[in-house]
Amino acid sequence: MATPLVQPGHQPPTSDALPEPFAVPPLEPPAAEAAEAGDKKPGLFRLLLRDKFATAAAAVLVLVGLTAVFGPALMGDLATKQNLLFANKPPFNPANGWEYFLGSDSLGRSVLARLVIATRTTVAVALPAVAIALVIGSLWGVWAGYHRGWRETVSMRVADVIMSFPSLLLAVVVLYVFNPSIANIVLILALTRIPIYLRTARAESAELQSRTFVDAARTFGAKPNAIIGRHVVPIVLPTLLTLATLEFCYVMLAESSLSFLGIGIQPPDVSWGLMVSQGRQYLQTAWWLSIFPGLAIVITTIAANMLAAWLRIATDPAQRWRLALPRKRLIARIPAKTVEGDK
Amino acid sequence: MLTYLRKRILSSALPLVVVIVGVFALARLTGNPATLYLPLNATEQMRADFTARMGLDQPLLVQMADYFGGVLRLDFGESLRTGESAAAMALRAFPATLQLAATTMVLAIILAVIVGCWAALKPNGVADRISSFVSMAAASIPDFWLAIVGIWIFAITLGWLPTSGVNGSEAWVLPIATLLLRPFGVLVQIVRGAMVSALSEPYIKLARSKGAGDVRIVTHHALRNAAAPALTVAGDLTVGLVNGAVVVETIFGWPGIGKLMIDSILQRDFAVLQAAVLLTAVAIFVLNILIDLGYALLDARVRPATVKA
Repeated sequence: MATPLVQPGHQPPTSDALPEPFAVPPLEPPAAEAAEAGDKKPGLFRLLLRDKFATAAAAVLVLVGLTAVFGPALMGDLATKQNLLFANKPPFNPANGWEYFLGSDSLGRSVLARLVIATRTTVAVALPAVAIALVIGSLWGVWAGYHRGWRETVSMRVADVIMSFPSLLLAVVVLYVFNPSIANIVLILALTRIPIYLRTARAESAELQSRTFVDAARTFGAKPNAIIGRHVVPIVLPTLLTLATLEFCYVMLAESSLSFLGIGIQPPDVSWGLMVSQGRQYLQTAWWLSIFPGLAIVITTIAANMLAAWLRIATDPAQRWRLALPRKRLIARIPAKTVEGDK
Repeated sequence: MLTYLRKRILSSALPLVVVIVGVFALARLTGNPATLYLPLNATEQMRADFTARMGLDQPLLVQMADYFGGVLRLDFGESLRTGESAAAMALRAFPATLQLAATTMVLAIILAVIVGCWAALKPNGVADRISSFVSMAAASIPDFWLAIVGIWIFAITLGWLPTSGVNGSEAWVLPIATLLLRPFGVLVQIVRGAMVSALSEPYIKLARSKGAGDVRIVTHHALRNAAAPALTVAGDLTVGLVNGAVVVETIFGWPGIGKLMIDSILQRDFAVLQAAVLLTAVAIFVLNILIDLGYALLDARVRPATVKA
């Protein structure tokens, strides 16, 4: 997307304008390469710290991850402990103690503790679903794009069929037949999202397989799988990882919708979507029961969206220099790519 | 044109066939309906009678032929809940969803074109900021939560709008506003992007040099070229709108196909679910054809290219 904000003569700034890790002296290519290879990780990290929106987004995601891992242990049985003396307490009242800081439900359970427990379920569904779809879809797509021909045609047809059907309907029908256990939800979400990676990976790999360096590898007698693994996948990977960050939002929203409709996570397990659904009937008397879990979903998805927008620039060598410039609203200006993420 | 149409129909029909076969396969996977439908204390004889009456003792091929015959005659059997024909229930619920979806889509397209064009004319202006904010929100806010927040603010706290139902024009505001967010957020970015590239074309410079104003340039010169990509995406979005409709109809008690589907799931009413799913698949199929036609009418460059491919 054209960014009219940044147009310093359509040229990346010269090396003196770049921060340290990228100040690559052009006259010493071997040393520069070594420095770049060695500095890649810290370079990316330092680049992240330069952008306060992306830093905040990453911090939120790390917090969500930590909560999912350690939160339930810290909360103990607080999430299931009922205390009718403290039923339906409104939030932000320090007199009730920290555990009721976000209010309590009609059984006097702490909303805060339930949110923490729900974080683990939500992440435990979203992460595996994204990972499964990423691995299967990417490998399939790279393979189809590398070989072209009938393999490509058949793969694209399969992707079209899955994409042309509303994913929620598919989930609804499948979860009707099999029970809505966590494993089934993960599988159905992964299945409906495979085409996204399949299409992207296929397009990139089809373009790469006609490049000179792939031709060279072929001439030296490398086997197709070796070429795919060594020469194609590393180039496609950054794009796919960015896509996966974005997909994390989609999968989380999809799981929440399913749980909300009563065909996702089942009680006594609890996820953010299910909490919104359970709080819905108390909306008139206890708004905090469904507003807070929804806010948790919104904040997490916004963070993942912003990080994905940043990653897209940071992993693109042609655009990375933009991040080195002091720009305030660059990330906020990159629109989230939602076209394919809507099904 | 006819060749083009035939190609499009054939390629869009594939998903439809997959859905029809898939529903048949899933119906068999649910296990024996005799154990599912009959009470626990039913005798062996009752179960055998039931199986025979449902045609489940026939060979699989005969069952499949029966099923396809039923699909063609719109005969999906009767609802377990009401004993009414499943197809009739699905067809009765369908117009409510169609009204909701069509109104939302038309509003989304109109709003996206206005805001998107405005944003493209003045990058970083008010409209541009609004559109990128809404796009971000559309990708991040779950629609069911938006609906609940809407009910909480406008129906419960302020008391301006009803919480659910279909009576009166006020009842339409919250469902449409909820459904509108996602298509609008996506479309506005597409329109903006397409307009930005259309506005940089030489013919726009020519129009400007003739003294045409901003409005005339947008409406007479740039929009026609920018409309084609938006239309393609609008087709994809309509598929996604079905997802939204299920959620929104459940929350607002809208008597449409989405609510029918969820209700029939919760009450294990497979015949109705089957009819509703197939009807939706057919509707999406027809809509995709219409969008392809509109696309070809709008953009002459598409036709020969697609026919060749």
